[in-house]
Amino acid sequence: MKIVLKNIEKANYTPDIKSYLKEGGYQALKKALTMDSEDIIKEVKASKLVGRGGAAFPTGLKWEFAYKVKEFPKYVVCNADEGEPGTFKDRLLLENDPHLLLEGIIICGLAVKSETGFIYIRGEYIKAYELLKKAIKEAEESNLLGRNILGSNFSFKIKIYRGAGAYVCGDETALLDSLEGKKGQSRVKPPFPTFVGFENKPTVLNNVETFANISEIILKGADYFSKIGSSRTPGTKLYCLSADINKPGVYELPMDITLRDLLERYGGGVKGELKAILPGGLSSSLLTDRDLDITMDYPGVQAAGSMLGSGAVKVINKSRCIVDIAKRSAEFFDYESCGKCTPCREGTKRAREILTNITEGRGSLSGLELLKELQEVMYDTSRCGLGQAALNVTRSAIDKFPDEFKEHITNKRCKVNICPLNVKRKVGYV
Amino acid sequence: MSDLVSLTIDGKKVKARKGATIFELAKKININIPHLCYHESLSIYGACRLCVVEIEGRPRLEPSCATIAEEGMVVRTNTARIRRARKMNVELLLANHPEDCFTCDRNQICELRKLSFDLGIRELRFEKGRKYSYSIDDSSPSIIRDPNKCILCSRCIRVCSEIQSVSVIDFVNRGGRTQVLTFLNKGLNNVECTNCGQCILACPTGALREKTVIDEVWEAISNPKRFVVVQTAPAVRATIGEEFGMPAGSLVTGKMAAALRRLGFDKIFDTQFGADLTIVEEAHELVERIKTKGVLPMITSCSPGWIKYIEHFFPECLEYLSSCKSPQQMFGAVAKTYYAKKIGCKPEDMYVVSIMPCTAKKFEARRPEMKDSGIQDVDAVLTTREAARMIKEAGIDFINLADEGFDEPLGISTGAAAIFGATGGVMEAALRTAYEVVTGKTLEKIEFDIVRGMEGLKKASITLNGLELKLAVAHGLSNARILLEEIQKGKSPYHFIEIMACPGGCLGGGGQPMPTNLEVRNARAGAIYREDEAKPIRKSHENPAIIALYKEFLDKPLGEKSHHLLHTSYTKRKRY
Repeated sequence: MKIVLKNIEKANYTPDIKSYLKEGGYQALKKALTMDSEDIIKEVKASKLVGRGGAAFPTGLKWEFAYKVKEFPKYVVCNADEGEPGTFKDRLLLENDPHLLLEGIIICGLAVKSETGFIYIRGEYIKAYELLKKAIKEAEESNLLGRNILGSNFSFKIKIYRGAGAYVCGDETALLDSLEGKKGQSRVKPPFPTFVGFENKPTVLNNVETFANISEIILKGADYFSKIGSSRTPGTKLYCLSADINKPGVYELPMDITLRDLLERYGGGVKGELKAILPGGLSSSLLTDRDLDITMDYPGVQAAGSMLGSGAVKVINKSRCIVDIAKRSAEFFDYESCGKCTPCREGTKRAREILTNITEGRGSLSGLELLKELQEVMYDTSRCGLGQAALNVTRSAIDKFPDEFKEHITNKRCKVNICPLNVKRKVGYV
Repeated sequence: MSDLVSLTIDGKKVKARKGATIFELAKKININIPHLCYHESLSIYGACRLCVVEIEGRPRLEPSCATIAEEGMVVRTNTARIRRARKMNVELLLANHPEDCFTCDRNQICELRKLSFDLGIRELRFEKGRKYSYSIDDSSPSIIRDPNKCILCSRCIRVCSEIQSVSVIDFVNRGGRTQVLTFLNKGLNNVECTNCGQCILACPTGALREKTVIDEVWEAISNPKRFVVVQTAPAVRATIGEEFGMPAGSLVTGKMAAALRRLGFDKIFDTQFGADLTIVEEAHELVERIKTKGVLPMITSCSPGWIKYIEHFFPECLEYLSSCKSPQQMFGAVAKTYYAKKIGCKPEDMYVVSIMPCTAKKFEARRPEMKDSGIQDVDAVLTTREAARMIKEAGIDFINLADEGFDEPLGISTGAAAIFGATGGVMEAALRTAYEVVTGKTLEKIEFDIVRGMEGLKKASITLNGLELKLAVAHGLSNARILLEEIQKGKSPYHFIEIMACPGGCLGGGGQPMPTNLEVRNARAGAIYREDEAKPIRKSHENPAIIALYKEFLDKPLGEKSHHLLHTSYTKRKRY
């Protein structure tokens, strides 16, 4: 069952318009051009497609909100700022099937009555950027973009904007600020971008993978799509398997798959002995072998106390130190916090300090308690997802591997000899 | 009614207009939610996360300043979860804040210190140890910025861009490395900063303060060779009492004069004398410009923040400015020439100190063209706050001082000069004189209510000898920008415009006591108008000391000596 990788997995498929058209590309757009906005949106709603960026908001509902706002111009923005550690699915799509993405964006523009789309692409994705540029040019030359697309009265253009390397710009409102040329920092929500988005106009923001699902839904119908995989959040998901797994890579699978099947049947099993799994990148909470039978759809992972997020499944084996992993995740968020709100800006700094102290033999049990309280307050009061989730790895590590922390703190010992305990120097961090 | 919503805050039913925030509504039922980045005059920033509240049905705490009230909301502002979150967020700020409260300029009035006390923080649980040492920006003669004490609330950034439309500071870098900086870290003196000091008033901590000259003034006072005279701006007598715990709106002219005399100044003079002189010159200049079809509108020039603003942002509009120096500088030039000669003191032995509601006056005094007496006309400028500090340092019981008067002759002034301290005041004072100069008749009703009040942009017209005189008054530089853009487009209908850099005029200046907010500004304006009403003479040109000055020394308004001593020129400055 392939939807978003349907072309890529074909032999001799090349990322150009010729290949795409040969595989039936842009037929969905042609069909959509014969439909009313309401009908396109009805179809997407009925498909029960939810956003694949991580928040899992119903895509059709988002489009409907934007459609119903009678304020123009409206914008469509594709979030291609793939930055969650362990996520590399959008890159695969961008580098191998850019037209599938373009078609989805154009249909969205048609549905919500927008004339301008933006692709906000991660700055480091240079190859993908070049390919997208070429694909847009090809589409323009074939009258699939530009004035009066395929002879209709619908006109639409797509511009590409390259990010400047900030993880936080994956947050939709920070992305919009960055797109407007400002420093990428999250906005106060509500109002949501659907109503007040790019340049304060209604804006539909979807992830690359979300848009890549659109043409299939339009062509084959909501009925077909909504029966795939999980009934709660139907369709397929691109799972990115990485770290201690035998066959790392991107796997497109229906979302009723269990974590165990994902790792064993597709990932070729865990390299070494399983210790923990991060099912949704560094913002998700750790799962353990007790959670292997969960369904890998959005509600399934959430019920296990974590989140599917973008689908970055990182496998951790027993040769890793959990305190070290927590420390390194804290370093990441400290570096990537935008610095706007107090809990995230200052909290990530202090979390990193406490965890560094533990790994270097200067930890204390009271520090550990403080860290737990810090996580709760950061979750409660941070402005955006970055700060709210920054200590999820840390907190779940403390809750699920308490002995390992205590071993570091009281016995000053790291069983797998990763942490450089007994460091005397006072850490001055820059 | 459909534009009303009803909700519950802490068990109390509250009705609110649509669009009201939880923060505002809580205030109405006497709950002051702790906050740092919220500021009544500025846009909502929602970043300090201290004003968080619990809303039933929402998974996380929400910032009350940024949350709009909705029908049926159930809000709690004081629960264990909220208290813990607020406390921890303040703790986090403290963990990254220098612990030099003893020596900090804001010791008594720091909002962060007060919050940490109020929220019951008695222990710092996070590892303490300053990790950053940012360099202090002391390039400006008016303002010092210490990024080490900055808590990144953005109030200075917002006041600079939203109220003043100057925008010389903004955030740079990310995360814990975030700083508020000037363009390319050039320093405040090397960018378009107008030195207005509104950022100081907006700052909750000691990250912004005036550059103090208290030591220099003490030294001058104790130097027996120096003849030290002090002038006090109109707005200072209406505000300095606040520094000693008196309520806003306390008028303390007599106590102030008494306290300054005890500090050891040789003569206690009044910038209001300079203001009367300014009005006589400026009213004549206006009449002259109208008569000779000169450049109109004419714009007032007494606010040095405003002058620097127009020099940077509208350099092609400098000809519209009145060529009159500000009262401070007129006073300095007259003191070191006319008065020095009168008492037989060499200008270089005289030391002129001004007490100003203003930080930009420090810059103005040092402008190279302000040396018409042959040396720098005004030697040192103290803000209201600095003057109060000197009075405290000397142990003077300010509140219980008996009233004393100013010295003659440069301490004699009229009610027209007193109102310089409020927005619209210079306009009103000029009208009182211009009317009589033009018509030759006595002005019966001397109050011009049309130019009073706290509205940002006031427009009015009066008829002078059949000529309809169109007037505009702006305070806050973003309001000034509106009038300037009209001039740029050739669409300005006005003859005379008054502009003050600071909201409310000098009474809301960057050198004034804190807090300065709308309520406080209104109270101070009341005091200023009371001062006017109490004056026996209320028109500048009737000031006997001014009449004597012209008779003995200057000859006539806009005459040659005036031109040399009392008028100035402006500098085209660039953008960065």
